[in-house]
Amino acid sequence: MSYLDLKGINKSYGQFVALNDVNLSAAKGEFVTFLGPSGSGKTTTLMIIAGFEKATTGSVEIDGRPLQGLAPHERNIGIVFQNYGLFPHKTAAENVYFPLQMRSVKRAAGLKRAEEMLELVGLRDFGHRYPKELSGGQQQRVALARALVFEPSLLLLDEPLGALDKNLREQMQIEIKRIQRALGVTTIFVTHDQTEAMSMSDRIVVFEGGRINQVAAPLDLYHKPETRFVAGFIGESNLIEAVVTDPVARTASAAHLGEVEYAPTDKAKKGQGVTLMIRPEHMRLSRNPIEGRRNAQMKVETIVNYGDNALVIGKVGDLTMRVRVLGADVVIIKENQDCCISWTPDAVYLIAK
Amino acid sequence: MTGLSNMTERKNLWPWLLLTPLAVFLVVFFVVPLIDVAVMSFTEPRLTFANYERALTGTLYQKVFINTFLTAGFVTLCCLLVGYPLAYLMSVSSQRTAMLILLLVTMSFWTSFLVRTYAWMVLLGTNGPLVWLFQAVGITNPPQLLFTRFSSTLAMVHILAPYMIMNIYSVMRKIDPVLVRSAESLGARGGSLLRHVYLPLTAPGIANGCVLVFVICLGFYVTPVLLGSPREQMIAGLIGTQLDEFLAFGMGSALAMVLLVFTMVILTIYHRHFGLDKLWG
Repeated sequence: MSYLDLKGINKSYGQFVALNDVNLSAAKGEFVTFLGPSGSGKTTTLMIIAGFEKATTGSVEIDGRPLQGLAPHERNIGIVFQNYGLFPHKTAAENVYFPLQMRSVKRAAGLKRAEEMLELVGLRDFGHRYPKELSGGQQQRVALARALVFEPSLLLLDEPLGALDKNLREQMQIEIKRIQRALGVTTIFVTHDQTEAMSMSDRIVVFEGGRINQVAAPLDLYHKPETRFVAGFIGESNLIEAVVTDPVARTASAAHLGEVEYAPTDKAKKGQGVTLMIRPEHMRLSRNPIEGRRNAQMKVETIVNYGDNALVIGKVGDLTMRVRVLGADVVIIKENQDCCISWTPDAVYLIAK
Repeated sequence: MTGLSNMTERKNLWPWLLLTPLAVFLVVFFVVPLIDVAVMSFTEPRLTFANYERALTGTLYQKVFINTFLTAGFVTLCCLLVGYPLAYLMSVSSQRTAMLILLLVTMSFWTSFLVRTYAWMVLLGTNGPLVWLFQAVGITNPPQLLFTRFSSTLAMVHILAPYMIMNIYSVMRKIDPVLVRSAESLGARGGSLLRHVYLPLTAPGIANGCVLVFVICLGFYVTPVLLGSPREQMIAGLIGTQLDEFLAFGMGSALAMVLLVFTMVILTIYHRHFGLDKLWG
């Protein structure tokens, strides 16, 4: 059952095409993330849903009801903007009361409801403070409470975590997810941060150049990217150009690696140019070749140490390869050393596009 | 060491050195004459408080003071009503359009005071285009326009509106458009958007503009004297009359000091609430 429907949305500014045939359905209560680099059309799509931008063609429907012709204030959609958009002249509680005030809820009842909402977002006893007396994370929570207090039919989050530091961001990711689940509100979350998208979403919509590139659950997106763009955008990966030599034996030929066996797929045709993806964590690093695995000789160039793990970057011939190893293992490797990387055919994912 | 400390000392003195010409100018042409006026208000024609007694209790003076405040208030209100929508228009226009409007608005700044005032005389005079327009639409006995409260108010609004517009515009320009979008997404439109969000956010600009216009208007001289009704004098005009016609320097000075005190009181109240430093944006 789809709840939110985007049907054939196009948007152009003069000659420039910002959105090209965007189609999407979301179920009620679903958490959908729009992920893409800046200028990919994700925010434009969000603004069209909110009613601040008009689609050149196409329509937006919520629960089967088209939103066409409705002004933003008539759409009953809650939005949290990147810099929160809190009213500086109103206290936190008054900010949260504002949408209720606009819906003619009496002050006493409305402020009580606002306080309850603030409590839900973990800001009990903060109602009397003004936005400038709150930290970034707290302002974020107030904005969230304000966008939810009027029981909107949809919640839109426009890069709401962009202004927060890393620890706070992770905390807010969990927080937003908890509140969203508790209220069951259908949510569109816009971000260019793939870890945010991975950790929060039910489904991720990847935008590229004004088009939807792929729509999938986070892990599917990670393990089965349909395009080279998605494979490169989501997580670290080794992307290797190759030509399919034998679809039956599942082998492709790649420069510097030679014949490589890939995981089962129905997309390969003989002689076709494809991309082979191997995630860095699916490879092993060793001094000597390991029997039963596909091995290749690598010269280590750089070791990026993250503490619990390390990314070892090196060259196989002219091909740059990345291997992720556990932090404890990294001590045995030195830069400029020759070593062995290995993988199994299961780890080699073929991307036809 | 000594050389270094000398250097820093000289560096610290530098800003003050730059201020000297202005400071000297202000002392010679403003502070000294002001003290002179203050002294005169007590000593002319002889050492006495009589000037102040009359200035504060005389019916004529009271009436003129009240009239001055009412006029200044009304002019301020008119400037606000004209200026606010215009400032809003500028803030939502493109940079170029905004600059064009600003240029038109401040055009009256580049014109001399007297020329502007005389221009109004021509426009509103008995043989002026406005009267002609009245007659053209069939009003054979047009109302007296020139030398009335109407003409002086109109001219003062024209002259002072730019102060209001620029103050409000500078505040409006800094308002984050996201605030307006947020309000809209939360269900606000038109009137409630203005009342609950836009007006409170632009209140500092309104306060600045109003105080500036009001205070300047209190001491307005040329325009009310040349365009206004002789029966409805403003305080500056009255001071002028005291000095020019009656040579009553003591009385004139006392009235000037009273006006100065009133003005200072208003600015002090404003300073308490908003801070004078914000008055110029």
